[in-house]
Order: sequence, then structure tokens, then C-alpha cells
Amino acid sequence: MLARKWPLTILVATGCAIAVVLLSGRATAETPKRGGTLTYMIPADAPPSLDGHREATYALVHAVAPFYSVLMRVDPENPSDTTHFTCDLCLEIPTPTDDGKTFTFKIRQGVKFQDGTPLTAADVAASWHEIVFPRKGVLSARQNWYSMVDSVETPDATTVVFKLKFATGVFLPSLADPYAFIYEKKILDTDPHWYENNVMGSGPFHFVNYTIGQSIEGVRNPDYYHPPEPYLDGFKGLFAPKQSVRVDAIRADRAAVEFRGLPPSARDELTADLGNKIAVQTSDWNCGNLITPNSSRKPFDDVRVRRALLLAIDQWHGGPALSKIANVHTVGGIVFPGSPLAATKQELESMAGFWPDIEKSRAEARRLLKEAGAENLSFELLNRNVDQPYKFVGIWLVDEWSKIGVHATQKVVPTGPWFAAMRSGDFDVVVEANCNSIVNPVLDTQKYLPHDEFVENYGYYKDPVEADIYDKMLHEIDPVKQRVLMRAYEKQIVDVEAHEFPMLWWERIVVARSYVKGWKIGPSHYINQDLADIWLDQ
Amino acid sequence: MYQYILKRVLLTIPTLFGAAALVFLLMRLIPGDICMIRLGGGGATFDPKALAACHAEIGIDRPLIVQFLEFVWGAMRLDFGTSMWSGKPVIVEIGARLPVSLEIALLATVVAVSIAIPLGTISALKQNSWLDVAVRIFAIGGIATPSFWIGILSILLVLDVSNAIRGSPWMPPIDYVPLWQNPIANLSMVALPAITVGYRYAAVSMRMTRSAMLEVMKEDYIRTARAKGLINKLIINRHALKNALLPIVTLIGIEFAFLIGGLVVTEQVFNINGVGRLFVQAVQNQDYTLTQALVMLTVAVFVFTNLAVDLLYGWLDPRIRFN
Repeated sequence: MLARKWPLTILVATGCAIAVVLLSGRATAETPKRGGTLTYMIPADAPPSLDGHREATYALVHAVAPFYSVLMRVDPENPSDTTHFTCDLCLEIPTPTDDGKTFTFKIRQGVKFQDGTPLTAADVAASWHEIVFPRKGVLSARQNWYSMVDSVETPDATTVVFKLKFATGVFLPSLADPYAFIYEKKILDTDPHWYENNVMGSGPFHFVNYTIGQSIEGVRNPDYYHPPEPYLDGFKGLFAPKQSVRVDAIRADRAAVEFRGLPPSARDELTADLGNKIAVQTSDWNCGNLITPNSSRKPFDDVRVRRALLLAIDQWHGGPALSKIANVHTVGGIVFPGSPLAATKQELESMAGFWPDIEKSRAEARRLLKEAGAENLSFELLNRNVDQPYKFVGIWLVDEWSKIGVHATQKVVPTGPWFAAMRSGDFDVVVEANCNSIVNPVLDTQKYLPHDEFVENYGYYKDPVEADIYDKMLHEIDPVKQRVLMRAYEKQIVDVEAHEFPMLWWERIVVARSYVKGWKIGPSHYINQDLADIWLDQ
Repeated sequence: MYQYILKRVLLTIPTLFGAAALVFLLMRLIPGDICMIRLGGGGATFDPKALAACHAEIGIDRPLIVQFLEFVWGAMRLDFGTSMWSGKPVIVEIGARLPVSLEIALLATVVAVSIAIPLGTISALKQNSWLDVAVRIFAIGGIATPSFWIGILSILLVLDVSNAIRGSPWMPPIDYVPLWQNPIANLSMVALPAITVGYRYAAVSMRMTRSAMLEVMKEDYIRTARAKGLINKLIINRHALKNALLPIVTLIGIEFAFLIGGLVVTEQVFNINGVGRLFVQAVQNQDYTLTQALVMLTVAVFVFTNLAVDLLYGWLDPRIRFN
């Protein structure tokens, strides 16, 4: 009896062994490995300072975000979700009280700064106070995001309370600002400029070294409060403004990744050379170009001329073609396409500039130009001296406008003169960009407010109707009603008045060596950069 | 001679001042400013209050004459201010980048001199032979080809050849390590840029060496030396070359001075964190103080290099007196 059972026993045992091997192999591939140093490229020269509160460049975030904690953040497990946020230092995202005007955060205990000082609610409050109410002589780059904040208080060592002047849906997402590093209160009290040249954080990595213009290094924080992260022993960020250097570095495995994004040509080059040693992630980018006619100049003060220019542009066909050579992809309105507040395709197609029938659209454009007496319109398109995707979009637009008989010449200038021309109103039509970190549509679309409401709008138009809609939207906390208002706002800007033309949303293409695991792409190059969840499958 | 040196040093001061004043004015003619670039360069909108605070912080909201007088007063005390971009003293910014630029400049000079003088001499001595033609083609190639293009090609060549040999591409290190810390890593990084730059440098010097040698070899004293029965090697080394060196030394000096701060594109191609790249960054960011300081540094390097070359003349040619 026993002898007859042996073959079956062996079969079962072999089967179990195979199953164990297969399952353990799969478990190993999914289980993060600890160890290793990640070297990555930062596509810029050094940031102006190391202070997140005062700077606006991604070079700063890519360099120092790993050293710092924030109050709350985009979910690193799903950074593409534009509405879901998680706690970093907080224990849970609060539900507002007091008719939506009070947000009470409980702060995690046991967190320490690199110098061993315990982090308390006082540090969180002091940091946010510097952001929202910077003292004289202290620069806060995003102070205007928090105009609704009335006070930041700490009733006890574990609680931070934000009190608002009015209830609004934009506040909570804005707290997930990736630049909102939490600093030590005692350092801020002694010298509020200290963080410009120094690092003292409580994040997943401890600061080791910063060589000006060259590199920044960190090592694992053994006391990090989100165990088992970080997985890496350390990291090294190398500054390299030139794209060819970054691409070659990834090719030669001198660096594993560049987090901002590469153009399609670089992706294709690396994929062709390295095959499965390369992993590519793509995402819609919370950045898009917009075309702004100068409404203070003739003939752009005439809505018929503006509308004609908008109707001439075929984004539905231009997008797929341009995406092969430029970092653009998705057709969208003024709101980031991945957001619940964004227009659907049907809603877009009802607006000028998005009609599905381009011939009909261009015929209407020619009719409007004729009616306005601007049939042989000729003007200068001001553009910024940046290849991706400004110049590609500019060249494409000149061609699109030529199809309705408009002769546009492109004037490309460096960033400083570009800003100066916009601020002085010395241009006909300009190619701008609207780039934001957290997807916060109501805040992100402030850019479209009339100039007298929002100084950084360079269209130089007045539109009390638009301003009124925006104000209602800012104070609206019901998402359904907010969406209705956003549609009305967008229609007023784009379809009714053609104040601004939102162009193709950018496409973010991140190419990494395939052994880099754990990092997930999001819609912004500013977010999800603390490296805590990254591990190396080597 | 000391009086000569003192006079030349004192003459440097108005030269430096004039160059910096010119840059002061020219930079401020460019529309826009560093604060706009800093706050809005990423495409995000910025708070006008932040812009105003930035202007006040770096002082560009003050009248131009006030800024100019502050600059002059600082320059007189050898205080060139702080970088408007980083807030760090310009001395610190430049000091962090100068060593690597200097190292590449010195290495490129060594490469250039090692190639130019022997090849230029041989080319002159073997005039119109196939060797002469080959050297001249080599020299013209170096002058005609942009060094940054050679740089890009050299990187690609290294990547492709290493890939073919070892199965995976190799690239020189892209983060600088000082020579005394890790000589191999340091030399791996600077070798390619030094050779790239040195080739062009050598090409120019090679042609000058050739023409200077051709001229000297026709002189009567060379004929006399031959008639005396001196061996060729002695004639070339002791008589011809030494007399031909004057224009070569001048050229080498000017080229070396250019390398400090002039390797703008080469430093970008090789990701060298040097003075040239800092120059580009300063101009792009409209960092007035840093640009002014860098211009003054470049002028000073040119002036003092020329002084050194002039003093070297005295050693090379005892007939030259500094009075």
C-alpha cells in the first residue's frame, strides 16, 4: 500500500516545491529591498536657496524634499489621483468644522528633526505661519494661495488649528503644497533666513552634503516615522542643465532616473538603446501652454478677432502629431484633464477652439475676421526661449493661423525679457504657461482672472462677469455646484470672450532604469519627490 | 623691472573698473529681472507681494546711481557683493567653481603644448612633405571644428565603443571629485574635456609654431650655426626654437586666459561645474552682481596672464628690457 502511494507523494511534493519557488519568486519581485544608493539627475543648475517656502523652482524640490516632512501630501501610492490626499505629519485629514472654516490637525508624535529635537505642533504652526504670514524681509512665494487663512494656532503640543476667513474648497488641497516643509520653530525664531543655506528636516533622509551647483546627498533617517521606509541607504542628486548629459548618464547608468521628464525623442532613444533595462512612465502634466492676446491693443480688443484666432487652431489633430516630438498630449480646457472639475470631451466640443469640425471652425474664423475688418491680420507672437514645448507650440500655431490667412511671426526671447514684455504689455499675442504643483483647479485657474483682479494675468482685459463667477466658485464647497460654476467660468473665458486660449496639456515622460521601483508618476514634477518609497531591485 | 610690474598692475585697476561699469550698464538694459525669473520661471504664477519683497531684498528697486555707487564702493574694498540668485558671496560662488575650470585649463594647456610644439616644429622642418601636410590637416581640423561638437562626439564615441567592448556603455563621471581625493575619478572626468579643448588650442598653437619656426630657420644665424658644424638637434633646440617661442608663448598665454571662464559650451556638454557654466547661469538669471564679478575675473585673468607672458619674454630674449 505504502509503495503505491510513493509516486503520488513525490508528485505532490514536487508540485508544492514548484509552487513555493514560483510564489517566493513573485513575492521577492514585489517586496521592496532595502539598501543601495539612488543617483538621479536634477535638470537644472542649483536652486537659488535651500528654503522651500521662498523658492518656486522644481530644482529645489528635487534636491531637498527628501530631507523634510510636510503636514499632508498627495498619496504616494496613487499620485495620479487629484482628489485624494494623505497625512504625512498629521494623523488624519480633518473634516472642517465651524461651517467649513476651521481645520483641526492632530500631529504625529515621536518625530524628530535631524538634530534630535522632537517635532511638535509648534514647529508645524510656526512653519505655516511663515508661509501664510511671512514677516517683513521674509519671502513666501505662495503666500497668495492662503489669502483665505485667518490664523494658524496651536492650542496644545499635538494640535494645529487653521481658521479661515471663509469656507472654501481650495484650502485643503493647498495644504499639500510640496514646498511646505516643516522647519524647527526655535531656528525660525532665531534666524528666519537660516533655511536658505542650511537643511534641518525630519523627513526620510538626513542631509549629508551639498556641493554648490553640483550635487546633493542624503542618507537614510533611521528614525523615520513611516516604517519600513525609506528603503534606500541614501541618494545623490546631480545637477545637470543639459539634456544630453542626463540622457547619456541614464544610458551609461551613471544615474538611474531624471524625475522631471524627458521629451519623446529622448524616451525613444533610450528605449531603442536599452530595451527592457529602461522603464517609462507617462502622465498628463499639470502644466499647459496658453495663448494670451493683448486685449489692450488693437485689433485684439475686438472679441471677433480673438475668437477667430482661437477657432483656427485644430487641437484635436494637432495633439497626436505634436506629441511625437513635443511634451504635449491631451486636449483640455482650463482645468487639468484628470480633475473632476475638468470639462468632458462633449463639453469641450461645444466651445470655440474645440469644435470637432475644423473646416467649419476655420470658415467661421475667416467670417469673423472679415466682419471685424481684419482679414489680412499680421502680428507678432511673443514666445519664451525654451524648446519644450514652447517653441514647438509656437511654430505650430503660426502654421495654424496661416490657414485662415493670418500672418504671425514668432519672436523668441529669454525668460527675463519675456516676463518684462508681458508685465509692460509690450506684445501682441504671447505664449505663456500655467504650471502648478497640486491639482487645485480653482486656485490653478486664478491665472485667467482679469488683470485688475489678478496682476499676473497678462491679457489686460476687464470682465466683471468672469470675476463674479470666480468669486462664487472660490466660496463654493459643494463639488457639484462648483463644477457648474467652473463650466460657466471656462465658457466665459474661452467661448464667449476668447480672453485666453488653453492649449494642449503637457505630457510628462519619466524614463528610469528598470531596477528603480516604488516610485509612481504623478501629474506634477513637484510632487512625490521625497524618495521614501523608492527601492532598487539590484 | 619692478617698476614695470607695478605700473602694469596699477593699469589693471582702471581696466577692471571700466569693464565692470560697462557690464553694470549693459546688464540693466536687458528687460526683466532676476526676481521674475526666480519666482515665475517654472510657469507658476507668483504673488506680486513676493516679487516686491524679492526686489527689496536684493536692492534692485533702488535708483541705479545708488546701486552703482554701492558697487564701486564695494569694489574698492574688494567686496564684490553677494549673488542675487543664491545670496552667497560671489567669492564663494566663484571659488567653488574655479578649481575645476583651472584644472581643465591647465590640463588643456599641457595637452596643447605637448602636441603643438613638437608637431609644429616637425611640420616646419619637413616643410611640404607628407608629414607636413598631415600635421596641417590635423591643425586645420582643430581650428575648423567647434570644440563642443568634438566633445559631444567624444562622449558618444566613448559610450558606443565601451558598449561594444564590455556590453554596456561607460561614461566618465559627471560629478567632480578633487584630484587629491580620488585621482582616477578626477582624471576620468577631466580628461575628455581637457583633450577636446586642448585639441583646438593645440591646432592654433601648432600653426603658429610652424610659421614661427619657418621664419627663424631662414635667419642668418641658423646658417652660421650650420656652417659651424653644429648638429641639427642643437640648432633646432638651442637656436631656432628658443627664438621662435616668443609669438608661441604669446598665443599660449592668450588661449590659457580665454579658458578660464570661456569654456561655456564645453562645460555644459561635459556637465562641468565650472566658471563658464556659472557665467551662463549668471547671465540667464540676470544676476547682476555675479556677472559683474565674473567679467572682472576674466579681465583680471587676461591682464595678469599677459603680464606673465611679457615677463617671460625677458627670460626668453635677454635683449628685452623692462624700462
